[in-house]
Amino acid sequence: MDTLVLVRVAARSLAQRKLRSFLAALGLVVGVASVVTMVSAGQAAKAQVSRQIEGLGTNLLLVTPGAVVGSGVRSGAGGKLNLSLTDVEAIRGDCPSAAVACPTVRASVPLAYANRNWSAMIQGCSPEYLQIRSWSLASGAPFGAEAVRSASKVCLLGQAVAERLFPDEDAVGKSVRIRKLIFRVLGVLEEKGQSASGQDQDDIVLAPFTTVQRAIRGVTYIDSILVSAVAPDRIEAAREEIQAVLRRRHKLASGGPDDFTVRSQSELGEMANQAASIMTLLLGGIASVSLLVGGIGIMNIMLVTVTERTREIGVRMAVGARGRDIMLQFLAEAVTICLLGGLPGAALGWLGAAGVASSFGWPMVLEAKSFALALGFSTATGVFFGIYPAWRASRLDPVEALRYE
Amino acid sequence: MSGADRPIVRVEGLVRNYQLGEVTVHALRGVDLTVYPGEFIAIMGASGSGKSTFMNLVGCLDRPTRGRYLLDGEDVSGLEGDRLAAIRNRKIGFVFQGFNLLPRTTALENVELPLLYGGVGASERHRRSLECLRAVGLAGREHHQPTQLSGGQQQRVAIARALVNNPALVMADEPTGNLDSRTSLEVMDLLQDLNSRGMTIVLVTHEPDISRFASRIVRFRDGRVAEDAAHDPLSAHQVLLAMPPESDDDTAT
Repeated sequence: MDTLVLVRVAARSLAQRKLRSFLAALGLVVGVASVVTMVSAGQAAKAQVSRQIEGLGTNLLLVTPGAVVGSGVRSGAGGKLNLSLTDVEAIRGDCPSAAVACPTVRASVPLAYANRNWSAMIQGCSPEYLQIRSWSLASGAPFGAEAVRSASKVCLLGQAVAERLFPDEDAVGKSVRIRKLIFRVLGVLEEKGQSASGQDQDDIVLAPFTTVQRAIRGVTYIDSILVSAVAPDRIEAAREEIQAVLRRRHKLASGGPDDFTVRSQSELGEMANQAASIMTLLLGGIASVSLLVGGIGIMNIMLVTVTERTREIGVRMAVGARGRDIMLQFLAEAVTICLLGGLPGAALGWLGAAGVASSFGWPMVLEAKSFALALGFSTATGVFFGIYPAWRASRLDPVEALRYE
Repeated sequence: MSGADRPIVRVEGLVRNYQLGEVTVHALRGVDLTVYPGEFIAIMGASGSGKSTFMNLVGCLDRPTRGRYLLDGEDVSGLEGDRLAAIRNRKIGFVFQGFNLLPRTTALENVELPLLYGGVGASERHRRSLECLRAVGLAGREHHQPTQLSGGQQQRVAIARALVNNPALVMADEPTGNLDSRTSLEVMDLLQDLNSRGMTIVLVTHEPDISRFASRIVRFRDGRVAEDAAHDPLSAHQVLLAMPPESDDDTAT
């Protein structure tokens, strides 16, 4: 029998038992909807994570004080204050794979302008910072090397800070108070959004690191060094070069542990991605329980149908249906119910995922893949749970089946 | 009848035992029978005589425990399920007591069923089914469902279905069991008509009234053939003509 006939026969037999078919399909609607919701939402979360990782900067490497011990546990937790400006200069000079390097010093500070005040992180850095983070200005101009040299009290405001302090005026050229000091606003940064760890990256003030070191923190060391490799395939080379330079500068005995840590953007991305993947898997696993329940419903209804139609099966066998024909007929019926439930389920699931994504501000990508997935899930459920009833039907003895009342 | 050289059915030493728990039931204890083309043979016997078992074996619905069965020259006694299904599809047409039409399926689609499993294309399927429905006098009822047809009409659909594959043999199992006497006569008339055009018919019945329309009567008793005799058939058509028109219909002549 050709597929068209099979589908027609299946559709008619389902139409003859409308309520029952509808209820069986409903189980699949719920099952497929929940799987599609969870998997799509998981994909959206992952897309968001990789967007954030990319937003971190290009070919980024982060050097922090303290060594990595075992599987990523940092000893001393940054307690060793052993990175200095000369380290930065050594990286700039002796690491051909590193395009730019930027020292950073951070502090949490109160800010004020007119009668408004706010509290934010001030990030001391060099002019290369914007390049490394691929961050540009919404208005105004950046500070240059001269401002760093002279430790000028100038700053760039993140979008969130600018909105708080200057809700209805242009911040550029104004003076804000940071702690007790007056800083001139040179520019406002473009919006960057949340970071992979959920922080608002726009809630920040950038200033020359020399200014933050001397005027705010009162220290001579730096917190970390941001390095950008010349190309994505040079990140590993850059890491090795940085390690060599810093080990030499810190006079570490060969074979001993590093007293600093170099992490790359891809490692950070991997960590976040892994977490998102595990989450997706977990949610998908929970959702597939409802698909399983729906499938059991299909199997149940198919077993009832086969028993009810024993005589019909007998007649079909008497006129020449082979076991395979009977099996295909009932399998087609099971798959048809599953598709009838699965397609609206997929649409519903996608709506659900879109709702979840929009409430978290994640990017939602409508992929043909997720519909193909739903289609595949429905068909697989139909085949998996339909095969046993169909097999039972195909194994009936024609004499017994014809005699069945 | 002509062409009596190659039998349609030839069974030799046919034995069929059933195992019911510890007990072995000997339904058929060695049956030899030959049916030639164009015969109209009535299989008679009380219930338990083995006639139903015999009919299942001749209809290729079941396999013998022992013995040989040649259908239209082909040995089918050792064939397994799917091969038997193909044989049934090509060589045998069934007419049952309970009509056994598919519910909520039109007369035409019911008749098409054997062609569907025989792999006949849609247009050919359609043409041949319409032809058969016309031949049994149901032109114009192709799209009626079984519930919209009378018992006699339903049995005509079943007969059309039995004929549609041009079988070597039509097996009719108590075809008038669910019909009133006038409709029974009409169905027997139709079967006699088919037989007169050369169709071989094996009729299974326990009613002497029905078996008198056959040209040969075989009686089963205790799993064996007890009697096998040629018979001068009564014409169902003549009996119908002799009946009072639109009779009150409780006496079956």
